[in-house]
Amino acid sequence: MATDANLSVENDRRWVLVVDLDRCTGCQACVVACHAENNIPVVGEKQAAYGRWMHWIIIQRYWEGEYPNVKARFMPVMCQQCTEAPCEPVCPVFATYHNAEGLNAQIYNRCIGTRFCGSACPYKARIYNWFQPEFPEPLTEQLNPDVTVRTRGIMEKCTFCVQRIRRAEIDSQAEGRILADGEIQPACVQTCPTSALVFGDLGDPDSRASQLARSHRSFRLLLELGTGPGVIYLKGGETNV
Amino acid sequence: MSEPEDMAQETRQTTPYDERLLLAERTDAEINQAVLQPMLQTGKGFWVLVTILSLIVAWGVYAWSYLIYWGIGVTGKNRPVYWTLFITTFVFWVGISHAGTMISAVLRLLKADWRRPITRGAEAMTAFALLMAGLYPLIHLGRVWKFYWMVPYPNNRLMWPNFQSPLMWDMVAIFTYLIGSSLYLYLALIPDMAMARDHTGNWRFKLYRVLALGWRGTEGEWHKLHRALGIFSVAIIPIFLSVHSIVSWDFAVTIQPRWHSTIFAPYFVIGAVYSGLSALASILVVVRRGMRLQEFLRAEHFDSLGKLVMVAGMAWVYFWFAGFIVEWYGNEPVVRELIREEVSGHLAPFFYLQMSANLIPIALLVFKRVRTTPALLLATTLLVNVGMFTERALIVIGSLQRNDLPFNWGNYRPTWVEISIVAMTFAGFALLYTLFSRIIPFVPVWEIKEGRLRYTMRRIGRLLVPTAAEID
Repeated sequence: MATDANLSVENDRRWVLVVDLDRCTGCQACVVACHAENNIPVVGEKQAAYGRWMHWIIIQRYWEGEYPNVKARFMPVMCQQCTEAPCEPVCPVFATYHNAEGLNAQIYNRCIGTRFCGSACPYKARIYNWFQPEFPEPLTEQLNPDVTVRTRGIMEKCTFCVQRIRRAEIDSQAEGRILADGEIQPACVQTCPTSALVFGDLGDPDSRASQLARSHRSFRLLLELGTGPGVIYLKGGETNV
Repeated sequence: MSEPEDMAQETRQTTPYDERLLLAERTDAEINQAVLQPMLQTGKGFWVLVTILSLIVAWGVYAWSYLIYWGIGVTGKNRPVYWTLFITTFVFWVGISHAGTMISAVLRLLKADWRRPITRGAEAMTAFALLMAGLYPLIHLGRVWKFYWMVPYPNNRLMWPNFQSPLMWDMVAIFTYLIGSSLYLYLALIPDMAMARDHTGNWRFKLYRVLALGWRGTEGEWHKLHRALGIFSVAIIPIFLSVHSIVSWDFAVTIQPRWHSTIFAPYFVIGAVYSGLSALASILVVVRRGMRLQEFLRAEHFDSLGKLVMVAGMAWVYFWFAGFIVEWYGNEPVVRELIREEVSGHLAPFFYLQMSANLIPIALLVFKRVRTTPALLLATTLLVNVGMFTERALIVIGSLQRNDLPFNWGNYRPTWVEISIVAMTFAGFALLYTLFSRIIPFVPVWEIKEGRLRYTMRRIGRLLVPTAAEID
């Protein structure tokens, strides 16, 4: 609750995720970590082939050039946590809304499954539960108790691991200290073997994410649509192709 | 078509003006009977039809239950094609519903007398098409059992629906239109209910007695009825324009390429009129034959309706072209890709089907023979609706297959569940309409009698000339 003093989000934080495209090797470790952290079901080969995979991070792969001079480019695309999110106003039941930290929050229990947000999202980063999620053994043993297990017929998407953000905020408040930069690590950031992902507060000019955001390589995806995305990409092809 | 199908030759009388319904030499009693008899006599064909339609509806209900039980995954939807045949058919039915008001309110205000025998059929079409359309927002929900979360009422969730969402506008518009058009249908029905009450017995008498609300036909009652119809005719026109505009904004307010267009609202409205008028013509041809209403639905009516369809078709082409040329000329990458898919890609068969099915009828309807020959008119107007359905499918499904990030592109295949549910609403519409036509006088008797008062044959010199008086 925004009004609860202990959990106050009355601040000028703006959580961003920096994705260095030069460091991304397309290994999908972040996708696996995300599945494990956020209780995302696996849908099987057949459904995945029909475009129903449920990864909250999609490693988009683009081929550049003609064979044999061909290069694979990887671009992880997750919910961009837009400032002017096109998905938000179209939801008839407020299942998705904007919180004070600039996060585009998804409230699973409110969702009735119109999929309007999915149609409105230009990044197509929203994932639908086509069937009742199933967790084959032993995946049931590692469900994360901090995250709701969703039902069928509702939308879900990357939350920037909001459960980790909240835990770190509560812990730091309980200990009476200021939240340090880098203290919060979404599962994907924690896992990335090449440290291609950096999470931080854009409101703090000294945070690592802020510094990277000021790089001449930084760009935002489909910025021209006016969505104000909260994921900052660092252009690839300049440092160590 | 066989000889008796030609409407002009069907009329029994030989006077030159007898092909006009309002000048035909009939007594009021004959008209009453001509309307009531087809309702009372139901042959074998009727029950066969009702059985077949009911079976299709039952199968569709099974498919819907299957969908609810297993989840939206049993349809062909995927990411990024989140909306498919359900929304397509939803738009189609809302479109069909438009002709009812178009015919009855606009033509009533314009005092076009040819509307008189077909208003009831048109208004019933509006009401039933809206009922079918209204099912789709429910069917396509992932959790349909929570649909009431979209209904604005004080609740223990302390949640109000989000009126920024076009889906809420939709719900308000469709409910308003459904209530408005049902009341409008019913108002114009009251005098005929009284007529039916006075000429039937048994359960029909009891039913009509209730529905007639004690109508006696006093001058005061007629005055009130005309006042009410006048108010409704004016009031329902903005609603009719708003409904399909709002349906178009479901698409146009997003930033999906090819949806994000300012012309969508008028383009959808005119498309709805085109498709709705065509559906009305198709239905009238079928009902006329099924209920032997050749007496009331004559060449003059199909001629005028055919002209209206033709004009609506021309207007539709103009709006389509005005939208298309800007998108084509703009050459925005994703739009360019979508247009390429339509013109020469995997959507091309649908695109050319749509264009020919929408353009050829306009050319055909130029000919009076096409407009006045039932079989030709039926084929032409059915073709229009094949085209309009395909057009909506291209807009909804086609556009969603492509978006700003090429890795997110996808394709869509419908499943038996979706097709069954779409078939269910078509059969459901036909079933409601069929049952309605046996319970409610299909031809508005009082409107015809009223129209007949306007016209008299006067002898001017050696000629018999029809003259019209101004009545209101």
